[in-house]
Amino acid sequence: MRPLPELTPENTAFWTGGAEGKLMIAFCADCSHAIHPPQLICPKCWSQAIEFKPVTGTGAVYTFTVNHQPWMPDMPVPFALAVVDLDGAPGARVTAEVVNADPESVVIGQTMKIGFLNIDDIWFPQWEPAQ
Amino acid sequence: MTLNAAITGVGMSDIGRKTNRPAMIHLAEAARRALECAGLTRADIDGISTYPGKADNSPGMSPLGTGEVRNALGLKTRWHSAVPDGPSQMAPIQVAAMAVATGQARHILCFRALTESSSQTATQRASIPGAGRARLGGWYSYLVPAKAMSASNWAGWMAQRYFHEFGMTREHLGLVATGQRAFAQQNPSAVMRTPLTMDDYLGARMISSPLGLFDCDVPIDGACVVIVSAADAAKDCAQAPLTIAAMGAALGSQETWDQRPDLTTMGAHDSAADMWARTDLKPADVDVLGLYDGFSIFVPFWLEAMGFCGHGEAKDFIADGNIGPGGRFPVNTGGGQLSGGRLHGFGLLHEVCTQLWGQAGGRQIDGAKVGACGMGGGFIAGSMLLRRD
Ligand SMILES: [Zn+2]
Repeated sequence: MRPLPELTPENTAFWTGGAEGKLMIAFCADCSHAIHPPQLICPKCWSQAIEFKPVTGTGAVYTFTVNHQPWMPDMPVPFALAVVDLDGAPGARVTAEVVNADPESVVIGQTMKIGFLNIDDIWFPQWEPAQ
Repeated sequence: MTLNAAITGVGMSDIGRKTNRPAMIHLAEAARRALECAGLTRADIDGISTYPGKADNSPGMSPLGTGEVRNALGLKTRWHSAVPDGPSQMAPIQVAAMAVATGQARHILCFRALTESSSQTATQRASIPGAGRARLGGWYSYLVPAKAMSASNWAGWMAQRYFHEFGMTREHLGLVATGQRAFAQQNPSAVMRTPLTMDDYLGARMISSPLGLFDCDVPIDGACVVIVSAADAAKDCAQAPLTIAAMGAALGSQETWDQRPDLTTMGAHDSAADMWARTDLKPADVDVLGLYDGFSIFVPFWLEAMGFCGHGEAKDFIADGNIGPGGRFPVNTGGGQLSGGRLHGFGLLHEVCTQLWGQAGGRQIDGAKVGACGMGGGFIAGSMLLRRD
């Protein structure tokens, strides 16, 4: 039931890096700007030298919500959705479901680490507490 | 500075839930009422403007385009526009104001029509972008596949961060919801008119923390029409023209809901700052406010964006009774979208105009002369000041 993203030249590395356990983020090779969502041109310097690099896959919860509403049939609830400031990619955040934790236990500022859920050709980022 | 544009008429259909009336029937009713309000006939209408245009990105979200409305109502328009990207749900009004000010048309019918309530089924819920599509693109694709499917999730993030930074509680948002319900009880056209107590509010089920059921606006079927006229043409209308004193529009951050550096602010802040920079009016001059309340948390954000209080001060501003019935800066006096129904901002503007014309019945704000309206949440925003001369 989960809708999937379409794969494009700018986003394929992000959505498939999880196959190797890597969170791949777009960076400008000329000015080092982290670009998320990924795109083909650096918004800061218009360089087209965009490279995807694995980041540590850790970060701090900027904010979160616990969703209680089943938006689609058979959607298990509740679950937490965390917006995480990425370590090593200043200004970029990755938003994903929180797994392996009580949804009500999530707090702003806590450290999370990435994991991946594979569906078809997509590896979805998922956050879990880093302990 | 003032734009050579004014609002001369507004009309709203009978709105409701699960009406099973086609969108065009709602639209025709709203258009007839707006023309009567303005003292115009359909022969006077020479422009048509809507947001976002015919769209299938969520069920019942925007079932009508400009062309079919022109055909159905037999309009002889020479200018038309449908704006999916622009100053939010206010885009058709702002674009129309610029069109009449530059002589492209004299009287423009701006409309919003929805059938989100009737279109909602067991497998199709209103306002899930991209629902039913095989693969998603654009900014939705970083949120919806992550199960952040609803704007209530995205607004929940903003509320959670704001609570964390500024000590707001659900009771503060409860004052927004119960205050607007108290206004709605005085508005015969609001869809939710039963009393709402703080206990009701706090006891309702959670949707996306910290937002519960009564923090979310209500999907409805209905339509609203606003007529924007050139300043000289407005003088001949039945109502005193409501001059557009200033407007602001902004896309002040990335086009998505999770990347704005400070999620305790919205595009509203950029939009309202531009609006105030273009007028001599001040927040203290404002008598009535229509502030976008797709979720209750947007109201304090808009209050701060518009400068009615400082950043982080909205919880005290609300707790002091400023925005509810009897307050100094009454907000969403028709009940807003939380109690009146989700007309995507058009209902809020309709109410501000009704107040400025002194036609708001038991909820009328005495002597209202200046109104402020802000539409949009997250990254999109449009702001407008209206003045009854
Ligand atoms: Zn660059």
